[in-house]
Amino acid sequence: MAGAPHIHIEDLNLHYRTKGNGSVTALQGVTIDIAPRSFVSIVGPSGCGKTTLLKVLSGVLRPSSGKVLLENTPIGETDLSGKVGYVFQRPLLLPWRTALDNVLLTTEIARKDMPLAQRKAEAREWLKLTGLAGFEDRLPHELSGGMQQRVSLSRALAFRPSILMMDEPFAALDEITRETMQEELLRLWSVTESTVIFITHSISEAVLLSERVIVMTARPGRVDEIIDIPFPRPRDEELRGRPEFTSLVQHIRHKLHPRV
Amino acid sequence: MKNTLARIAGQIGVFFAFFALWELAVDLLHVKPVILPPPSMIFVSMVKHWLYLLQNSWPTFLAVSFGFGIAAVLGFVIAIGIAYSRWVSELTYPFLIAAQVIPKVALAPLFLIWFGFGLAPKVVIAALIAFFPIVINTARGLMSVEPELIQYMRSLGANWREIFFKISLPWALPYIFASFRISITLAVVGAVVGEFVSSDTGLGYVISYANTSLDTDVMFAGIFVLSVLGMLLFLVVVLIERLFLSWQAAVEGTPETM
Repeated sequence: MAGAPHIHIEDLNLHYRTKGNGSVTALQGVTIDIAPRSFVSIVGPSGCGKTTLLKVLSGVLRPSSGKVLLENTPIGETDLSGKVGYVFQRPLLLPWRTALDNVLLTTEIARKDMPLAQRKAEAREWLKLTGLAGFEDRLPHELSGGMQQRVSLSRALAFRPSILMMDEPFAALDEITRETMQEELLRLWSVTESTVIFITHSISEAVLLSERVIVMTARPGRVDEIIDIPFPRPRDEELRGRPEFTSLVQHIRHKLHPRV
Repeated sequence: MKNTLARIAGQIGVFFAFFALWELAVDLLHVKPVILPPPSMIFVSMVKHWLYLLQNSWPTFLAVSFGFGIAAVLGFVIAIGIAYSRWVSELTYPFLIAAQVIPKVALAPLFLIWFGFGLAPKVVIAALIAFFPIVINTARGLMSVEPELIQYMRSLGANWREIFFKISLPWALPYIFASFRISITLAVVGAVVGEFVSSDTGLGYVISYANTSLDTDVMFAGIFVLSVLGMLLFLVVVLIERLFLSWQAAVEGTPETM
């Protein structure tokens, strides 16, 4: 598997045609550069086109104009098949499959070349890494929301994607679980080769996790500011208490609510 | 466990209470057996005519099974068309609704002309009645799959067969079995209507013949056997459902009994 690609988005515009003759501009003049193996968060109010941007990057939506390049090749000409892992806000597990079999789902399709025994061993390993050792044979309904999301994360990591797209993955979790998951995600990311593109509503989450935070504004979706987060890794919860952290969070908050 | 036993005992108790009340009411109000025989008399009649009733259960069983089987296969195929082709769904939906609105029972005499006396008209009516819930539920189940999940599978390089058998079909199974439960009882109704109109065998025929000869106790015996047959068929569907959807019984917690 080739490593994570360099992603370059330049002057991307995306218009939706609406019923009648109108059109809505979802993304306008978006220019972003994402280095291989980096962790990039996108924050912004609802309707700023975060999810739309994710769909463009997964090749589901075609840009109206502008460039989206992966390793200098336009996204339309790149075969992304089996290279992008997803974690959604809801775990979206298959309720009839055990935790282990849910993790196996992605490799069953994207890694047919790998023998089953090896895929199983690796799936078990991912469940162990996400703290689910001993829960391999449980059905999703027997697991808590946080555990289900761990299975979903394991499922996405199991086939070693070059890009991991996470669309508000922790939004439905309670705060304590959420903070644990953030630390675990950082730990997991450090052992993978993936670029993570992380969408969130939570400013502090973005600052804690990312190397780069892209702040977007709504209607039309535009990049307001791209902020490099300088904190060294490994990072942990302690960071939250540091004044530099708080001032960065504050800075982004002012960007998003100019009047506050 | 203790709870389950208590519940089953209660369920059986309701049946007993019903029959006891019936027996008592007939006795106290001096109702003539030709109007409403007491359960004890029906029981005696069932024992007396057991062979006759058993022999006539077979054609009814066949009609229900074939009718249901045809409805299940056809319903499934058409549901796939509706779920995956906008073209098919838009074209066929109005027709399906219109066909559903026609009381199929009213078509029974027509099928007598078309298919004659034997098994065929009964099977056709049973299939027609059982068909609709299966189509609608199966299509709904197939369409209820999370679109994000399907997109995910596509992005991994899954072909339609993998998506259908790994995701969509198991996803739709609870819907499909829910419709089977409804349809198996509807198929019984269909078969019996067929036997009322155009048959010289089957429990429907037993009931209508006993009715014309004022053998009310035999008629009730036929109704009893029919309801037992219906319940057994329902039970078979539920057992098959349990087999396929053991994970779902676990989701629901306490599995319910019929």
